Amino acid sequence: MGYALGMDGFREVVGALAGQYRLWAPVLKVGEGRFTDTDVVRYDFVTSADEIEWHTRSDYAFKEILTPLSQTLFYFTDGQTTVPPADTRDVLVFLRACDLCALRRLDQVYQQSGPRSDWFYDRIRDHVRFALIGCPESQEDCFCVSMGSNVAPAGSYDLSVDFVAGTDGEPQVLMDVPAADLAALVAPRATAERDVEPAHVTENETKVTVPAEVPNSIYKSDIWAEYNARCIECGRCNFVCPTCTCYTMQDVFYTDNGKVGERRRVAASCMVDGYTNVAGGGQYRRTAGDRMRFKVLHKVYDFRRRFGYDMCVGCGRCTTVCPEYINFAAAVNKLADACAAEAAAATATKEGAGANA
Amino acid sequence: MPSEKSVLVPGVAPAVSPEVPRMTPGPAAVQTDNPYVPWPARILEIVSHTAREHTFRLEFAGDVRPGQFFEVSIPKYGEAPISVSGIEPGRSVDLTIRNVGRVTGELFEGYGVGDQVLLRGPYGNGFDTSMFMDGEVVVMAGGTGVSPVRGVIDAISHSADAKDKHVIVGFRSPADMLFRDDLARWADALDLILTVDGAPEGYEGNVGLVTKFIPDLPLRDPATAKAVVVGPPPMMRFSIMGLLKLGLAEENIWLSQERKMCCGMGKCGHCRIGQHYVCLDGPVFNYVESKDMLD
Repeated sequence: MGYALGMDGFREVVGALAGQYRLWAPVLKVGEGRFTDTDVVRYDFVTSADEIEWHTRSDYAFKEILTPLSQTLFYFTDGQTTVPPADTRDVLVFLRACDLCALRRLDQVYQQSGPRSDWFYDRIRDHVRFALIGCPESQEDCFCVSMGSNVAPAGSYDLSVDFVAGTDGEPQVLMDVPAADLAALVAPRATAERDVEPAHVTENETKVTVPAEVPNSIYKSDIWAEYNARCIECGRCNFVCPTCTCYTMQDVFYTDNGKVGERRRVAASCMVDGYTNVAGGGQYRRTAGDRMRFKVLHKVYDFRRRFGYDMCVGCGRCTTVCPEYINFAAAVNKLADACAAEAAAATATKEGAGANA
Repeated sequence: MPSEKSVLVPGVAPAVSPEVPRMTPGPAAVQTDNPYVPWPARILEIVSHTAREHTFRLEFAGDVRPGQFFEVSIPKYGEAPISVSGIEPGRSVDLTIRNVGRVTGELFEGYGVGDQVLLRGPYGNGFDTSMFMDGEVVVMAGGTGVSPVRGVIDAISHSADAKDKHVIVGFRSPADMLFRDDLARWADALDLILTVDGAPEGYEGNVGLVTKFIPDLPLRDPATAKAVVVGPPPMMRFSIMGLLKLGLAEENIWLSQERKMCCGMGKCGHCRIGQHYVCLDGPVFNYVESKDMLD
């Protein structure tokens, strides 16, 4: 069911939601950007509509609520291991269509890859619901349309929020509320019932072509060499990515006698040194170019080979955050071009061989 | 309306093409309520091979097979994937460990018989030893790569036609040799070629890389012979080249990959190569598949 609300009514709705849920939403942090006098949009807990940044895509992803950057798995005290309790109060996450597509990728890895669903992921995931923020126009570096992630998957959200100008010129909020329990909370504060289709992006300035097939010869292609010079292997692209799921185990102890400690899992980056290190000094993919190749292929090819669809959702955060101005979409397009060139060369060789035969 | 493209099909792993041979799955990990929480396992025995390589015999009563691995933890120091080098069903598993890191360093310094370490697993497919009991077989192992295949060599040393089983084992030097007692037993039971990369003057055994001995393998029918290759990446690469040159078929060559693994359950991502999780699809792969797995 859909509703139209005035701004006051909408503020009341968010206030009422805050009474039932911890609200995890994008927040504009003034002056907290990476450079002097720059801002950043990060997720945080809020209690009112006015705290939420509704119009600009967040710089960091919503995923930290489900996969915290650092998560204690258990404590060691002498011979005992103790799993700490989780905060299992219900959470409502405000996010965009690309993020809801990313959620499917997180679920894929944490719940459906391997023999068992992830114990720690599930115990948070089971308490999280999702509210879609409509996306009327493309934002910086986005290419969601190319990745097919510009529209929220059917049934993926419990309510949506769109800001429009009402017929009287006053700002108005349109909400699609498929969840009956939440509709009961919205309806009394609405000015009208009506069908609502959340706004979604239909065209981005940035467009990518993903390669259908990647020949092994691409591993040795010179398209990766430029990243040896440009990439500083900081891993920011991974940490802002809504679909990156990798983590590393980390043990720490915090008393002088070494009797008390904990095991954590912390966010990992395939771009950062140490990601592949095995005991005794073995390491795979030593150069930035090799790591970039691994990441790009995973996002637009290897994940698809395993799970049937591409991992990248085209949110563009990795491009926006990169301190070296590496454009992920450009990297994907270079890959697609190189694959097409390889395929053409292979066909030419085959035809040449045929002519000689 | 959502565009058709946006409707995501629930992820089903595309079927592996049937022509790719795969090892059968190994026994599943011990089921616990929370698979990340390891259980304490007592050290029953420690066998010292060299100053920095010991075999730790740990109590374990579950199902496991050679080439699978456990995540072994030393609380507060960390966790490391270690492959199974021996199995006494219902009682213990052997883990042969080289002292090269933070976890293993603490294990060597601070742990003795009777102490407990933490375990979870086993993970990975491991070797189905029944595949190698009949016909001609070549096992090539280098250094600690002997650990995952020790159970395979033991099994084939008891096969009916053990003289058709050829094992080439290489170590860096005579001082680096592991499993000396096993080597002596294997030398009696099957065709064992033991070699070292280099040795002090006066050493009477074979000296040379394992690959040196491939051309002289007395195989009657290389096209049907099976091979298992485990060791450092360059050793595996050149050994496989040698075996192919000898006439072995790609689909008859099996190898085991070593990668960083933080979970063993297909989540942490560290062991991925292309579309494969080494912890789920391996660590034992057929060469037909692994030749296209590029890091």
